[in-house]
Amino acid sequence: MTVFVDIGSLDDIPRQGARLVKTAQDCIAVFRTADDRVFALDDRCPHKGGPLSEGIVHGTAVTCPLHNWVFDLNTGQAQGADQGQVRTHAVRVSQGRVLIDAGLIRSRNAA
Amino acid sequence: MKKKLVVIGAGMASGRMLEQLFDAAPDAFDVTLFNAEPRGNYNRLMLSPVLSGEKTYQQIVTHDDAWYAAHNVDCRFGEPVVRIDRKNRVVYSNSGGAPYDALVIATGSAPFIIPVPGKDLPGVVTYRDLEDTQAMMDTAGKDAVVIGGGLLGLEAAAGMAARGARVTVIHLMGHLMERQLDPAAGYLLQRDLEKRGITVHCQGATKAILGSDRAEAVLLEDGTVYPADLVCMAVGIRPETRLANDAHLEVERGIVVDDALRTSDPHIFALGECVEHRGQLFGLVAPLYDQAKVLARTLMGAEAAFAPVQTATKLKVTGCDLFSAGDFADAPGREDIVFRDPGRGIYKRLVLENDRIVGVVMYGDTADGSWFYGLMKDGADIGPMRDTLIFGPAFQGGAAPDPMAAVAALPPEAEICGCNGVSKGTILDAVAGGACTLEAVRTCTKASASCGTCTGLVQQVMALALGGAVAEAPAGMCKCTDHTHEDVRHLIRSMGLKTIPAVMQELGWKTVGGCHSCRPALNYYLLAEWPLDYQDDRQSRFVNERNHANIQKDGTYSVVPRMWGGVTTPAELRAIADAAQKYDVPMVKVTGGQRIDLLGVKKEDLPHMWADLNAAGMVSGAAYSKGLRTVKTCVGKEFCRVGTQDSTGLGIKLEKLMWGSWTPHKLKLGVSGCPRNCAEATCKDIGVVCVDSGYNISIGGAAGMEVRETVALASTPSEDEAVAIILAVTQLYRENARYLDRIWKWMGKVGLDWIKAQVVDDADNRAALVERFEISQSVYRRDAWADLSTPAETPRWAPLAELTLEAAE
Repeated sequence: MTVFVDIGSLDDIPRQGARLVKTAQDCIAVFRTADDRVFALDDRCPHKGGPLSEGIVHGTAVTCPLHNWVFDLNTGQAQGADQGQVRTHAVRVSQGRVLIDAGLIRSRNAA
Repeated sequence: MKKKLVVIGAGMASGRMLEQLFDAAPDAFDVTLFNAEPRGNYNRLMLSPVLSGEKTYQQIVTHDDAWYAAHNVDCRFGEPVVRIDRKNRVVYSNSGGAPYDALVIATGSAPFIIPVPGKDLPGVVTYRDLEDTQAMMDTAGKDAVVIGGGLLGLEAAAGMAARGARVTVIHLMGHLMERQLDPAAGYLLQRDLEKRGITVHCQGATKAILGSDRAEAVLLEDGTVYPADLVCMAVGIRPETRLANDAHLEVERGIVVDDALRTSDPHIFALGECVEHRGQLFGLVAPLYDQAKVLARTLMGAEAAFAPVQTATKLKVTGCDLFSAGDFADAPGREDIVFRDPGRGIYKRLVLENDRIVGVVMYGDTADGSWFYGLMKDGADIGPMRDTLIFGPAFQGGAAPDPMAAVAALPPEAEICGCNGVSKGTILDAVAGGACTLEAVRTCTKASASCGTCTGLVQQVMALALGGAVAEAPAGMCKCTDHTHEDVRHLIRSMGLKTIPAVMQELGWKTVGGCHSCRPALNYYLLAEWPLDYQDDRQSRFVNERNHANIQKDGTYSVVPRMWGGVTTPAELRAIADAAQKYDVPMVKVTGGQRIDLLGVKKEDLPHMWADLNAAGMVSGAAYSKGLRTVKTCVGKEFCRVGTQDSTGLGIKLEKLMWGSWTPHKLKLGVSGCPRNCAEATCKDIGVVCVDSGYNISIGGAAGMEVRETVALASTPSEDEAVAIILAVTQLYRENARYLDRIWKWMGKVGLDWIKAQVVDDADNRAALVERFEISQSVYRRDAWADLSTPAETPRWAPLAELTLEAAE
């Protein structure tokens, strides 16, 4: 079972925007859509390592700011003609707080 | 125990095959990848955009070092394989052997070299790899001859022409691309290429390449001689089968493979341009990708069979739109449907057999190509829609969403043509009165008769009245809508739409939240239209404009404070130096726009750095914005012995009036104090060159991918009038141009005369434009950092949480 850890308030993330969560290895981008759904993906485009957290969020997709690759926030899959996938992480909202997979702390200890 | 897979050739087919294999069975094989080129997989199809300068090599790499490392691929790049030992299952390069359980040959194809004297001279290249591309990129200002007017040859020719070479194409057949195009489309293509300064010589047979130490000219059988510093042979390719031949595999024209892509040796497989499958060779990418899929499955021990499908061709030359698929030779029982619009250079031809499409050729407007192609592949019976087939899916009732809905919903008094104040009702009346062509409506109402940007909308209103009998409307602004940029702008105005969601709802956006292409455009159109009402949407801005800094490739940012007219003070320089030191800036660089760039700043440092710079009186230089960038100046008559006016002072004045304004694309100004033009004003979007008698204002310059000289807009003895004209033309550009069009591009659409009439000849209109600019500036002449570097906002620039701290426990 996934154990979750509180990372902040939903209001700390702009609608159609993202904030970063730092782990020992990588950064995770936590996105908030226009209808207040929340997704967590690695903050690294598989194409050239662009920071997805700085991309334009549209629907449940984000466009990488470096070369316009588009990723589905649900699956992390690149859309259209581009091929690639970004790792997704379990995240949810409970009573206005954003909770993320606590395994992200552990996995880094193991490394 | 993992099996050993050796792959010879890192091309597009083998790259795709490896991807499929690693996705499905990441641990099945230890892979060794040989490549004769000293690099890994890249998208060879994209060499043409690299040649023309539209892309860089880095942008077309499909698999980088990290990818090979992640999949433990043993890369032997720059190591051609010289021998395959089938008995012991080892392949050899000059540096040693690699044993295999399974071997994949993906050696691709080799360009065909016509056996004429001089073919081996330096300066004769083919068009196959990055080295060839590099040679062709260096032809600016030189003479180049391309032998072969097929797909590859024309892309080479257009690319070199874009680089500034004088290019001649020599083609053996009667018209260009004869395998893909019929003569009519070939003619249109030739005409377009000739417009770009490319000489086309059809029915030309090459006799020899002349030159002593290197290529100097090409001699044709008919005696014509074309000078040539570089000769590119692009007459075709043949499968590269030498290794397979030497290994005594079965080879016909290509390496023979079965449906599972196995060669005559059960441990050896082949795919790509080097193979022959059921007598057929392959040169286009789609079937190669299908082969990659099949071979990945075969290697995993699954059943899979390759079955080639028909493929379509597009030419990757910017500005030449052509599409070709299927068979278009004349034959008994075949019929044609042809559509021509000579004025716009459009030609479409469908070849039918038994009410089914067997061939498609399109030139000039290829938007419906994939739809026709789908009908052809499916063998669909087109009998019921034959009458309107050529007009595409939009005319087949219900196939495409209705772009008319928003137009239909407009009230009669809604303004369609802003230039001439023509309402929807006026246009409907004109149509009811018998005007059923665009020209007729233009003549009797003046709608779309000035700047022309509302043409699409006028056509839609007419179509509404006439029931769809007007020529097709231009393509939509992005995949989210069928409305053009111009239509969307007009409808924002006439329907009073003041938010992005309102635009998307009322104009029937097909996606939920738009996309990265339409959202920034809508944000701009709304703030330009309603400066006092609209609240700028930061989340619809590209990262640089959202973070008010320029993102670099490693995710850091660059910071450029404004230096008015390029003038600074010791105090400002000290503040910049302090900031650079305090935040450990890796590079401090002087920009081309007469200011100082601090490169490599971390995102979380941006608000702090700007708090310091703001405190020293500096504001953002907006070196990232679709807005006013710099006003470059020379020292002018204050110091210069030949200066005629105070060019520095005028530059500062303009920058202080215009800073903070958003424009359709970036806006750079220059003011030179005399015609020696030290501020390079004549390659800016707006330039002023001072003379004894006053100020010469010119617009539409550029010095980026396009290099253009400005054209004269106005001359005036008065500095105040010069300022007013510049503000007015800026506002006209803001209100009228399509998002991401620079002034030169916009000017090409509306015409210099129209701009002159608006801002030079009509003093009242000029004053009104200046007033509207000033209203907008009352909101936007403000440094974004004043709001963003506050204590409340600063934390938002740092990570939301750091899971590392908890980990340390």
